[in-house]
Amino acid sequence: MTESPPDSPPHSPAESPPLELSVEDITVSYPNGHVALRDTRFRLESGRICALVGVNGSGKSTLFRAIMGFVKPSRGRVQVGGRSMQSALKAGLIAYVPQAEEVDWTFPVSVWDVVLMGRYGYMNFLRMPRARDREVAEESLRRVGMLEYRDRQIGELSGGQKKRVFLARALAQRSRIILLDEPFTGVDVQTETAIIKLLRELCAAGHLILVSTHNLGAVPEFCDWVVLINRTVLAAGPTEQVFTQDNLVRAFGGVLRHFKFDESTVQKHDEKAVTLLTDDERPLVFGKGGHLEYSHREGKEDVLAERDEEEAEAAAAPEPRSR
Amino acid sequence: MSDIFPPLLTPLHYDYMLRAIVVSGLIGAVCGFLSCFITLKGWSLMGDALSHAVVPGVAVAYALGLPFAAGALGTGLLAAAGMAFVKARTPLREDAVIGVVFTAFFALGLLLISINPSGVALETIIFGNILGISDFDIAQIVVVAAATLLVLGLKWRDLLLVCFDPHQARALGLNTAVLHAVLLALLSATTVAALQAVGAVLVVAMLITPGATAYLLTDRFSRMIGVGMALGAGTSLVGAYASYFFDGATGGCIVTLQTLIFLGVFFFAPKHGLVRLRQLARLRGHEAAQPAPARTPAAQS
Amino acid sequence: MPPLLDALLEPFRYPFMVEAMLAGTAIAAVCAVLSCYLVLKGWSLMGDAISHAVLPGMVLAYFFGLPIALGAFLSGLFCAVSAGFIRANSRVKEDTVLGVVFTGLFALGLVLFTKLKVDLHIDKVLFGNILGLLPGDLRATLLTSAVVLAVIVALRRDLLLFCFDPAQARAIGLRTGWLYYLLLSLLAVTIVVSLKAVGIILVVAMLVTPGCVGFLLTQRFGRMLWIAVATAVGSSFVGVYSSFFLNASTAACIVLTQALVFVGAMAFAPKHGLLRRRRGAASAST
Repeated sequence: MTESPPDSPPHSPAESPPLELSVEDITVSYPNGHVALRDTRFRLESGRICALVGVNGSGKSTLFRAIMGFVKPSRGRVQVGGRSMQSALKAGLIAYVPQAEEVDWTFPVSVWDVVLMGRYGYMNFLRMPRARDREVAEESLRRVGMLEYRDRQIGELSGGQKKRVFLARALAQRSRIILLDEPFTGVDVQTETAIIKLLRELCAAGHLILVSTHNLGAVPEFCDWVVLINRTVLAAGPTEQVFTQDNLVRAFGGVLRHFKFDESTVQKHDEKAVTLLTDDERPLVFGKGGHLEYSHREGKEDVLAERDEEEAEAAAAPEPRSR
Repeated sequence: MSDIFPPLLTPLHYDYMLRAIVVSGLIGAVCGFLSCFITLKGWSLMGDALSHAVVPGVAVAYALGLPFAAGALGTGLLAAAGMAFVKARTPLREDAVIGVVFTAFFALGLLLISINPSGVALETIIFGNILGISDFDIAQIVVVAAATLLVLGLKWRDLLLVCFDPHQARALGLNTAVLHAVLLALLSATTVAALQAVGAVLVVAMLITPGATAYLLTDRFSRMIGVGMALGAGTSLVGAYASYFFDGATGGCIVTLQTLIFLGVFFFAPKHGLVRLRQLARLRGHEAAQPAPARTPAAQS
Repeated sequence: MPPLLDALLEPFRYPFMVEAMLAGTAIAAVCAVLSCYLVLKGWSLMGDAISHAVLPGMVLAYFFGLPIALGAFLSGLFCAVSAGFIRANSRVKEDTVLGVVFTGLFALGLVLFTKLKVDLHIDKVLFGNILGLLPGDLRATLLTSAVVLAVIVALRRDLLLFCFDPAQARAIGLRTGWLYYLLLSLLAVTIVVSLKAVGIILVVAMLVTPGCVGFLLTQRFGRMLWIAVATAVGSSFVGVYSSFFLNASTAACIVLTQALVFVGAMAFAPKHGLLRRRRGAASAST
């Protein structure tokens, strides 16, 4: 069921020196004493796409804010390439793609204005765009396929288009580290594919990409590194090592829906078992032969008996089934 | 001809009228610029609050013989700090916090003036007194207006980014706390200047109506600034001139004019006007089978 | 009688002081009850807007010889309704629309006032004049306050649900449109009544501060109402009484007393209070 992890794109010979983002034992607590993150620690290197995975309330967004310097950790620090976060931000090392809800879409700014905002760090005191800034902004818009919309007011775009514009802004910023907060919510499938393709290219060019998501299915598709958090780091490392069933169950606890097809609720099963883990609250699952699956066996004994009879009949005349 | 024009030109023969008209125009332009930020940031109540909160400062400054701008700026910023303090330490909604703090400040001003009636006339603060403005007051206004215009003119792109997307501003290494404070300080300073022209109650109109009108006319922020400034300056010039015929209700004339223009634009703006929106809705009704074009952003706020 | 006590009781010997205290108490009680709903619904700016917007109505009513309270009520309501219309039909934010409309109406009121040369005492409209009640004013104030209070008390649960969760209110079959206009009308009537006590500019304090005090001190709506009423009535009494000795604006004294109570509530609130938080933070860090 799970594809083998995609071949990671060949790392281009480092055109720029490697860069490291290190989160060093940070603890973030709010004034009311609530501790959102405790002793959180991990390191990431450039040339990776890293997923930050956790349930709602696990401290994902707090960690993002701490990395961006929006909240001050009560202990510990975040460093980029050996320098403090504040100086890294000043140096334009970090770009941020916000969630759709964080943006006021009624603002009278056009697509072009938004992308130029990514260039502020390169502009002079007056933030007057120069030819180079226009060039980069244009190229970034072309790269996400939004150049023809450059004069649209941002509220007049679809969800996927909005996301692409903010991605273009991050591109225009030319930062080595890009943070994306839930980039796939409210986005159509084509945009999702396009964004993933773009992220892979950026990664190959030596960027470090940190994506916060609760969309588990997408993670092994395009992330080569995973940090699992729930108030603290539960596991961090290469996707194949970290994205294990045990770890996910630990990270998600009761939130995760868990289907094991070697003990189907409604039918006997051959030994080619798969386990489906999902954070979708109520996924609809069909078992072999298109029968509805239930999350628990208890109370479904009569259904199971019925399926047994059907299978016994079918066994008399087996037919090949395609999944 | 000669019967009609001389009465219309009489205001311009008086020195005090000319001064009032020019000073009003200057104040209107500054307020128009700032109003673009205030409307987009949703700070209308904040503008109203600061314009009332400066009253005790003005009263104290007059009593002690200090420049009124200094006193007003002092209590204005004190009120802003007070709101931030209460907001951070109570679970109350922001609008309630603003309401509690600014009325307390205004009441304090009222108390001071009622105890010491020989100081400043309350009417001057509440309704402004641009027709009887002193040279010293004009000098203060020019300084405040020039400083505000300078800061806004230089840093409007940064301030726009802080209003629009504070996270991105942080990500670029801008100091958002400082920029936020700058905007508040500019608001207080402009309030002080506008107090002279239209008075404490109507300052908030100068600080939002031009911006709101411009917002209905354009989708580009740079154009919105131009339109807002032109509207602010134009209505102030005409309003101050017209107040000659309305027994000196300068603030009333300026703000009534601004509101009438807002209403005109609300109905007849080319893209976002009510008539145009209704027309579009009708067209869409006819072409119900066709996929609808992108909605105007109003529905999403 | 000892001279000190005699001096302290002196205000009560003047009928105008006693009348002012009675009227102040009634007005404070109504405003306090309403303020609990406004604070929860986030309508502070609405209170500010309606209170300013009554001016043109008052001037016109005076000019045409109609009851001033009626003119004030209608023009306050007009402000709320027209702002609602503009908000629904344009992309401008709600607070901006309210600001544009109420300042426009207030400015119109000023222009009419100077042009029509009406004999209205504008400073009394702006800052209140509770010490100079006319004969009949007291009775009208008490009566109106009683009616408003009765309506709010009778419909308190409906109004609470409307403020807390309008969708649910609609779902269980309450007519929310009707409740919206009812609350607006109650607000407008209350403002018109309170103008006598504190004037146009400070009415909003009466309509926000007591509710905030109640909100800080308890988490039950019933108790919040009582605390707000106690705060407002107490402040009103203290304000009127102290203004006699300070020879200062009565409105300012009332509002400042309320503000002091608010500061006290902020410091000593059982759950959210500053002292409590200090202790909470100290115990959390150990």
